[in-house]
Amino acid sequence: MNDYQGKTLAWRLCDGVVELALNRAPANEIGLAMLDDLERFVSALPALESKASALILHSEQKAGFSAGADLRELYGQAQKMDSSAAAKGVREFLERIHAVLNRLDTSPLTTIAAVHGVCFGGGFELALACDLIVADKMARFCFPELRLGLIPGFGGIPRLKRDIGNGVVRDLLLTGRSINATKGLAVGLVSQVAAEGEALRLARATAAQTAKFDRATAAAAKRFIKPLPAEELRREIDLFCELFARPAVMEGLRKFVENAGPHPYLP
Amino acid sequence: MKTIEQTTDEVLNLAATHFKVARAELQPGDDFYKKLGIDSLQALELLTRLENHFGVELPDYEVQGVSDFQTLATRIQARL
Repeated sequence: MNDYQGKTLAWRLCDGVVELALNRAPANEIGLAMLDDLERFVSALPALESKASALILHSEQKAGFSAGADLRELYGQAQKMDSSAAAKGVREFLERIHAVLNRLDTSPLTTIAAVHGVCFGGGFELALACDLIVADKMARFCFPELRLGLIPGFGGIPRLKRDIGNGVVRDLLLTGRSINATKGLAVGLVSQVAAEGEALRLARATAAQTAKFDRATAAAAKRFIKPLPAEELRREIDLFCELFARPAVMEGLRKFVENAGPHPYLP
Repeated sequence: MKTIEQTTDEVLNLAATHFKVARAELQPGDDFYKKLGIDSLQALELLTRLENHFGVELPDYEVQGVSDFQTLATRIQARL
């Protein structure tokens, strides 16, 4: 399936580049609908990989790449269940999203996240599964999970540790602060910074460059330089589920969901 | 080095330009959420524009509880 239009995303193959456009208002929150669409994409990936050299992930939503997990959906679902069923549901979701991100992470295609606006939590983790992050100067990156009594659960910590220094990982994780693209470039998170609105164009130029190289060689080089931290990823799921069982988490989610003020995305 | 008055003026100019509000309508003591009609995602956009303009890092927690332009300018001034 070269082209597909789903409820929350669409993809197309054009000139040897797959473009996956996230498009779920208001900020590409990752819930069950997007997970279903991402799994659909991953199912189509082997056929796309035989015809392409690169994959670009980007967003059609003005707010940004993705604000992360759909916390309203998570809270709403958890409220309907007893704690044991909620815990099981969370683990199942994590297993599924990890399978998607692991598949993206290990694709033989050169993968590029073209980021603008908010790239928070699970959205940040989706970008981190890519080989390169190209960001426009209005992009912001953040792991806000500690504010809810959780840790990033979509594989963010092992992937971030793989890419940048532990000190920066600790800063982001333990303060929950967001950093802009210029800071991201300085610490090696972002490979290039574009002018506002230009991230996708820059990602396409980068994809065109990588397409010049022999695919088998590029795929072999990628396997060599980018090992999947499988054991840590599994431990992250376990730790997330352990933390999720604590009452403080539901209270944190409730406060986020019920916050009618203008401040929910600030610490 | 900029004075706090210069910094405050630049903050107000930038906010007026990017959120399309008449500069004359903005005062240092104004609540920027109300005056600009913005939510927290747009406040992050303002933060990013200010960081890019002044060449500073302004951690989100530094602006926690801050809602007026003057105090925002003070936070920026402390990093110049």
